[in-house]
Amino acid sequence: MSGGPSVRAGPEGAAERAAGTSGDSAQGAGRRGRPPAHPYFAGTDEEKARGLFQLVGEDGAAHPLVDAMPRALARDLYRGMVRIRVIDARMMALQRQGRIGFYGEALGQEAAVVGSAAATQPEDWLVPALREAGAGLYRGMPLDAYVAQIFGNDRDVSRGRQMPCHPCDRDTNYVVMSSCVASQIPHAVGIAHAMTVEGRGGRMCIGYMGDGGTSTSDFHAALNFAGVLQAPVVLACQNNQWAISTPGEAQTAAETIALKGLGYGLESLRVDGNDVMAVYVATRYAAQKARAGGGPTFLEFLTYRVSAHSSSDDPSRYRDETITEAWRTRRDPIQRARALLEGRGWLSPSEDDALWAELEEEIRAAVGVHERAGQPALDSLFEDVYEQPTWLLREQRELLNAKGA
Amino acid sequence: MATMTYREAIREAHREALSSDPRVFLMGEDVGRYGGVFAVSLGMAEEFGEERIRDTPLSEVGFVGAGVGAASAGMRPIVEVMTVNFSLLAMDQIVNGAATLRHMSGGQLSVPLVIRMATGAGKQVAAQHSHSFENWYAHVPGLRVAAPATVHDARFMLKAALADPDPVILFEHVLLYNMSGEVEELAGPVDLRRAAIRRAGDDVSLITYGGSLPKVLEAAEHLASGGIDAEVVDLRALRPLDLETILSSVRKTHRAVVVDEGWHTGSLAGEISARIAEDALYDLDAPVERICSAEAPVPYPHHLEQAALPKVDEIAAAAKRRVGSDG
Ligand SMILES: Cc1ncc(C[n+]2csc(CCOP(=O)(O)OP(=O)(O)O)c2C)c(N)n1
Ligand SMILES: [Mg+2]
Repeated sequence: MSGGPSVRAGPEGAAERAAGTSGDSAQGAGRRGRPPAHPYFAGTDEEKARGLFQLVGEDGAAHPLVDAMPRALARDLYRGMVRIRVIDARMMALQRQGRIGFYGEALGQEAAVVGSAAATQPEDWLVPALREAGAGLYRGMPLDAYVAQIFGNDRDVSRGRQMPCHPCDRDTNYVVMSSCVASQIPHAVGIAHAMTVEGRGGRMCIGYMGDGGTSTSDFHAALNFAGVLQAPVVLACQNNQWAISTPGEAQTAAETIALKGLGYGLESLRVDGNDVMAVYVATRYAAQKARAGGGPTFLEFLTYRVSAHSSSDDPSRYRDETITEAWRTRRDPIQRARALLEGRGWLSPSEDDALWAELEEEIRAAVGVHERAGQPALDSLFEDVYEQPTWLLREQRELLNAKGA
Repeated sequence: MATMTYREAIREAHREALSSDPRVFLMGEDVGRYGGVFAVSLGMAEEFGEERIRDTPLSEVGFVGAGVGAASAGMRPIVEVMTVNFSLLAMDQIVNGAATLRHMSGGQLSVPLVIRMATGAGKQVAAQHSHSFENWYAHVPGLRVAAPATVHDARFMLKAALADPDPVILFEHVLLYNMSGEVEELAGPVDLRRAAIRRAGDDVSLITYGGSLPKVLEAAEHLASGGIDAEVVDLRALRPLDLETILSSVRKTHRAVVVDEGWHTGSLAGEISARIAEDALYDLDAPVERICSAEAPVPYPHHLEQAALPKVDEIAAAAKRRVGSDG
């Protein structure tokens, strides 16, 4: 997670903020004393929200900025993406075999997940939507904790209470995902605001949502609050162009999702979400800005939900899978990163094979352990409803035990 | 008589309504091409067009609120909320909006809106998809709340709801969708004011609604084999309650067990128990007993989820206790 490309971050000095200097555009500039945008994100606010920031093309050809990217970071990002793909594939297979109940994968979206996570620091908080568990894993959430949660066994810190894909890891500041779409975005803003109130700067919170999430009231309230509070938050939308069966064009009449951020006075960048380098650079910029007191940023990662919505969905019922196929083959984020790495001699085919094999073994071992683990005890039902059980819960626990249900 | 599933019965009810009244249309998330998350509206977008089977953006506030508006402007919209859990996002539109517009406008506006939502647990989808908040809505003046518990009711309740001049909420328990049952083909709309006696009996009244009805009927069968003749009352109407049917059953059997998948505290079962205590206390031979869900969010693992919900043996045991404790 250390290092990074030799991208100069935007000036972050308080004096410049106070003076309201702004390099990003004439319109809206300096109204909030916003520091100048990164020089890379050229153009007006609107151009940044309509365009598409990309560093590596589909063929692996890279912008010179990528030349300065340390090899180790590039390999880390690649590894992080492969890890998600391997874990997801394994989990989907288990689900189909009836060994786990549910799964929501991030197939085709690994670059958005990993590139953004890589730009965070351990002190930062991460508030996920359905598809960002890989971001937690990248930030150090133990794979064991993740797999235990999926099996809902007695080693799971939440004792199997939640559906799979709802891990929570306080040690790495990873908040449990909320199934109620977008309800987490105001939380992300509040967490970031708390960092300001607490007065311990240099931290930020990243909050994720899907394109469907941007239609909710919570989304709009959160963006508005982020702007008004100037919270150190990065709000990142994984625009995978589907919300279950609802395509992007039925979700909003806005030309891009990033424009919604602009409407609330947030600097908003539209980024190629299948380009892990672009996602990383954009998120790093936004995160550094937030940590330095420069306020919120809205990021739209344009990607595609190559998978079904979840293990309970069959997308061929409602969409043209030839388009999916194009994303799966030509725009695959892992292939793109691999082409880049191999082109630079940063990864050899044999190293790549070894990486996949290692990660497959890692998840196989974890599944082996957690599938065999015990089930949560019956009376764990009444734990963690309150910090201390109320009389009502004690009464219920006694009833349950008496019945020996 | 025709045999169909609960899901098909609701779909047939929609098809009938859409064919016979141009003011009727359906809105909700994934109701169109996808056919609804519980596949209720499968094929309806093809049959009636996307204008009348309308996929909406992901906003319960948005489509329920628009439904309130469209209803007050003379349409007969049906909105489908995926589950009661997500209806909480639209609660303001329902409680402060749909339920009060008639009152606040001095009767100039009405909201003949039908809100359908799935409810209940049993599918291992945990704390944010499994709860039963029927009682929250049944608390609110201005709303009519009902729950079809049989395939026949699923087929003919929508018609009654659409004919009602006020907002009606219909609760569909997730475990009922696959249930098969018989439908009397030419029946009229279900009377939304009346409970139904699903099994007549003299020894104890088992009072329930929605997804708990099959469990209660099963418990009644067990009881019958042990010589206890239970009467099963299916509330159907959750607001206003059909007190007459409830009380006359209790006056006959002198014992009552109320089964409700909601949590005990503040439940519909509590309201029913209070009514029985107020109006039929001296008819009782035993205290009323409630079988509700454990007072914790519904958990994911099968064994914990089942432990949290009303169970057949628990219902039967409660009935036996009541019958055994005369006087
Ligand atoms: C408030 C609410 N309404 C409806 C749902 C049902 N639902 C679950 S995921 C989903 C679509 C989410 O789409 P998006 O935000 O684009 O995220 P994606 O699944 O594409 O990652 C819907 C409608 C829900 N979970 N919460
Ligand atoms: Mg989406």
